[in-house]
Amino acid sequence: MARRSFLRYAGTGAAAVGLLTAASCHKDNIITNTGIDIGNGDVGILNFAYALEQLEAAFYIQVAATPYSGITATETARLTDIRDHEVCHREFFKAALWKQAIQALTTDFSSIDFTSRAKVLAAAQAFEDTGVAAYNGAGYLIQSSAYLGLAGKIVSVEARHASYIRDLITAGSFGDTTILDANGMDQSKTIAQVMPIANTYLKTKVNASNYGYVSF
Amino acid sequence: MNLLNLIDQIDKADPEFQDRISPRRDAIKNITSFGSKVAVAALPFAFATLFKKAYGATAVLSVTDTLNFALKLEYLEAAFYNAGAASTTIQAGLSTTEKAYLTSIQAHENAHVKFLQGVLGTAAIAQTTQGTNGTYDFTGGYNTTTNTVTNTGPFATVMTDSNIFLKVALAFEDTGVRAYKGAAPNLLGQQVPLTAALNIHSVEARHASAIRQLLFARGITIKPWITGANDTGVIAVNANYLGEDNLVQGGVTVTTLPAVSGTTATIAGQEAFDEPLDPTTVAGLVAIFGVK
Repeated sequence: MARRSFLRYAGTGAAAVGLLTAASCHKDNIITNTGIDIGNGDVGILNFAYALEQLEAAFYIQVAATPYSGITATETARLTDIRDHEVCHREFFKAALWKQAIQALTTDFSSIDFTSRAKVLAAAQAFEDTGVAAYNGAGYLIQSSAYLGLAGKIVSVEARHASYIRDLITAGSFGDTTILDANGMDQSKTIAQVMPIANTYLKTKVNASNYGYVSF
Repeated sequence: MNLLNLIDQIDKADPEFQDRISPRRDAIKNITSFGSKVAVAALPFAFATLFKKAYGATAVLSVTDTLNFALKLEYLEAAFYNAGAASTTIQAGLSTTEKAYLTSIQAHENAHVKFLQGVLGTAAIAQTTQGTNGTYDFTGGYNTTTNTVTNTGPFATVMTDSNIFLKVALAFEDTGVRAYKGAAPNLLGQQVPLTAALNIHSVEARHASAIRQLLFARGITIKPWITGANDTGVIAVNANYLGEDNLVQGGVTVTTLPAVSGTTATIAGQEAFDEPLDPTTVAGLVAIFGVK
């Protein structure tokens, strides 16, 4: 019921019903030898976001489960908040996409030393900054204003996270020149730029063949 | 019913019709593509939906109007931080860290002004059209009837009390985030202006988070993200946070979604999504500072 009203809200109800009934053989959900594909259209963009949120949620679940040495009470509270936000984002996309959602992804964080504050926060910063750039870069590809609105509701929360994490690493780096351009603006990234970064932390490789990226 | 004929006729009556519906082009595509599969009887309903979108109660601003709307907000923010930087009283009340944060934010807002002015070119609204000859009332006491700066608004000590300065700054940033978010759908599918607006939108959110961190360091109970509705403790900005406690996203009640244990907590569900404000509402909120 809730999912149906979501689709109707997006103004794509009639089109989506057709996709749902044919979901099992639709090319959006095709599973290839090298991984899965986000598909195309708004479903593709939402699956792209779903993949990133799965990655972020898994990362912060690990951070909260195995806190780095020297973590403060405030840091624990804030990082747990972020974990809960990312899990909420993940579950939201899963519910919204329903049968069109890509599968649950298996992550690989073996390159991250979760006992080290510096390593964990550096990874968190990369995830958040990349997340912001990814949403900003994919925004124009979204065809439904409802979906664009929803992406907007999430990306600013990711930017709040990014700002907080950056300041934990270096006070005042929330918007320094390593992330913003000379116009004081974030720098968006294309799906083809983001997906390979995400794949370095994924055992289940995700492709974006309609957006110029296939991981071979 | 010949839909395309009808659109043609409307076009003659209203030359801007194509513009009105252009951001919603997919709506037309949807109608024509599923038209063959849907009973003809359903078409008038589908068309009515499209029509409502094109002429709905909330007028869709043009790209130029949307960017000028953003420019007006950036003018306000830039002038506010410039005034704070020029105020020896405010500067005396700030720590070195706080000054560094605010200097960064000030630079970004001024850069946003320059950027938007550059994009808009001759269509850019002049700063002198704002407030009284470009002078704002940062106390929130601008008299919109007589067009005068009274400096007797609810934030009367904004330029003498650094706590109030930071709280007004936060209201500007959080409201700025909502404003860009609310205006973004006007730029649907327009790669250059939409991406630019989004790249500014997320910076305003970085700022809001940073100022929240500063307030927290001053001993105020506040997080980098918005918890519930107005979590700033400033009653005068209640309207700026109206609806931020929304828990229904795209028809999904987020508290029904699975969490690490059980379902999503109310607080997490509220924090996980920022909410938009439409341009008309934002204009109403910033009029007390002299934004026109």
